[in-house]
Amino acid sequence: MNVGLQHYLIVSGLLFSIGLLGVVIRRNLIVIFMGLELMLNAANLSLVAFSRYNSNLDGQVMVFFTITVAAAEVAVGLALIVALYRKRQTAHVEDLITLKF
Amino acid sequence: MEHAAVQHAVESGSKIQDLAWMILVAPLVMAVGTTLFVPRDRTLAAIFNIGGVILSFCLSFVLFCVFGGGSAQCTPFEWLPIAGLDVHIGLHIDPLASLMLLVVTGVASLVMIYSTGYMHDDRSYPRFFASLSLFVFSMLGIVLADNFVMLFIFWELVGISSYLLIGFWYARPAAADASKKAFLTNRIGDFGFMLGILIVWSALGTVDFAVAKAKLAENPTLLGSMAGIAGLLIFMGAMGKSAQFPLHVWLPDAMEGPTPVSALIHAATMVAAGIYMLCRVFFLYTAAPGWPGPLSMLGDLSAATLISLVGAFTALLAALIAVQQNDIKRILAFSTLSQLGLMVMAVGLGAKAANPSAAMFHLVTHAFFKAMLFLGAGSVIHACHHEQDIWKMGGLKAKMPFTFWTFLIGTAALAGLPPFSGFYSKDEIFALALETNPILFGVGILVSVLTTFYMSRLVLVAFFGSTRSESADHAHESPGSMKWPLVVLTVPSLMVAWLPLGPFLSESFDPAHPVHLGDIFFGPFNHNPIAAFFGFGAALFGFSLAYSLYWKATKDPLPTQLGLLSKVMRNRFYFDEIYETIFISLHNLFSHIADWMDRWVISGLVVRGVSGLVDISGRALRLVQTGNIQSYTFFFTVGVLLVVLLARK
Repeated sequence: MNVGLQHYLIVSGLLFSIGLLGVVIRRNLIVIFMGLELMLNAANLSLVAFSRYNSNLDGQVMVFFTITVAAAEVAVGLALIVALYRKRQTAHVEDLITLKF
Repeated sequence: MEHAAVQHAVESGSKIQDLAWMILVAPLVMAVGTTLFVPRDRTLAAIFNIGGVILSFCLSFVLFCVFGGGSAQCTPFEWLPIAGLDVHIGLHIDPLASLMLLVVTGVASLVMIYSTGYMHDDRSYPRFFASLSLFVFSMLGIVLADNFVMLFIFWELVGISSYLLIGFWYARPAAADASKKAFLTNRIGDFGFMLGILIVWSALGTVDFAVAKAKLAENPTLLGSMAGIAGLLIFMGAMGKSAQFPLHVWLPDAMEGPTPVSALIHAATMVAAGIYMLCRVFFLYTAAPGWPGPLSMLGDLSAATLISLVGAFTALLAALIAVQQNDIKRILAFSTLSQLGLMVMAVGLGAKAANPSAAMFHLVTHAFFKAMLFLGAGSVIHACHHEQDIWKMGGLKAKMPFTFWTFLIGTAALAGLPPFSGFYSKDEIFALALETNPILFGVGILVSVLTTFYMSRLVLVAFFGSTRSESADHAHESPGSMKWPLVVLTVPSLMVAWLPLGPFLSESFDPAHPVHLGDIFFGPFNHNPIAAFFGFGAALFGFSLAYSLYWKATKDPLPTQLGLLSKVMRNRFYFDEIYETIFISLHNLFSHIADWMDRWVISGLVVRGVSGLVDISGRALRLVQTGNIQSYTFFFTVGVLLVVLLARK
């Protein structure tokens, strides 16, 4: 079987949908965060796939940057979640609804 | 042309005619000064205001002597220079204006002197004088104005000062109502006047009298099909101010004001402003008649003819009403209406002869003798402790000789007995009517009979016979300040008609049509014997009729003899009631509709509707803001998907 661009994109789309589903329906902030990472990597995957398909390294360079920034973002995000947990004794989104009306 | 005049005035520096500015401004200065600086000081207020008006009178006299029959333009100043409309404030002196200046300032001076006696016990004495001065200022503005816009401004100022003076005793509901009625009725006329001015401006491209006159003289068809409408609309202004049918209802009510006010404003000057204005814009009425499409059935009927019909109708109507009035001031008020009707008729008829000087002539004589009659009536009212019913007077001849004799002279002048001035001026009108419209001549003679009849009735009932009430019993002659103005006014009432006013005035109009005038004693009989004899006969007939009915009468015999007619006449042909029914109920209907519109459409649908919509949608949209980050994410995703889907197509 010949693996082409289509297959990469389908996998990327599935990964993105799973990540999104996780973000929308899971309650725990950590799991939501993991979903987010999944979506990010789905995007990375399609970038690399396109890069290869077009024989152009720009997309791969971009993915390097994304991964670097994502590492920093994960650190900040986790720190925020830990701080929030310490403050509110919870990491569940339905308990964090003070930002309404 | 007007620019040339302006230029000329600027170049030649100050001129003697610029005194007219002083004539105009002196009463205003006094009115403002009194109000601001001496609102409590009675003596100073009287001295200032009388002084101001007498100064105006003296200056008017100087100008009258200097210019004689000529005309002059004062240095004007720019006021509203817009492209296509150049309004300046400028004064124009011609025989018409200089004569009117003398009448206004002369009568005003005497009335003010008289007021020092009549209003002596009034609390608001300084306010009274300030208002009178304001009125004189406004009236002089009308007289001197040299363009339509300025005339209109002063026209409204006269309306305001009349409102202030009718409602002088504003604590009395009748006076407050009367002042409102006068003002509103005048507003109706003024609205037409303004439309008329706009039509003239759009047709002729100028609001300046001299320029407009020159343009129309060059091309009489310049107004085209709007000539008739413009003439009638401008006449509406006169209809309001000069109280012509159907806007006549305010004048009798205006008698609620103090009697000197009635004498000055509602007999001698303000109501004459309408006639004066018609004479001033007379060139409009001599232009070729024309009507727009829907009114084309009027054909060759000119606006002037319609005006003369309105005047004649008013004259007859008011004379009939006056016959059955019992209030001394109301009789005089309806008599004023009737005489104004005659003047308007004369203006209308004068259009055919291209000369309205008969109307102006009657205006001048009428101003003097009617002012005198009103002041005489004021003297009587003052003496009888504010009793105004002539049937509660009687026998005042012996008690008030000065008032009686001056009143008698005024009556003779109004009735048109030679050699009193009224005879000559009325004769001018009758002669004019005989030449142009015999039917209106008949109406005029009938009015004259009625005039003599009701004036004789007034004199016979109030001054002769026995006293019929306690207040008349205690009557005594009025103080000197009230007596002497009456005596002074007898002089013009007698003699003003002997002056050659007609030829003097015709300088203002068309020197090619000289006016025959009673400048000597028996002139009228030579000039148009039929008119003169009819006029004289009418006076005699009216008097003998009144004498047979009212000599030593203790009550009015007419109600029993005339029955219903007398009742209708006494109730002023129910015009007030008719107007009340029609206009008040219409007004109420409209106000109800307006109220409904405001309450339900404006306030309900529009205002509450908009705010309600915002409120409801706000409440609905608030539910979206759950605070749950996951639902936000969900909506966001759906949104992005929608955008992508829409972008694909």
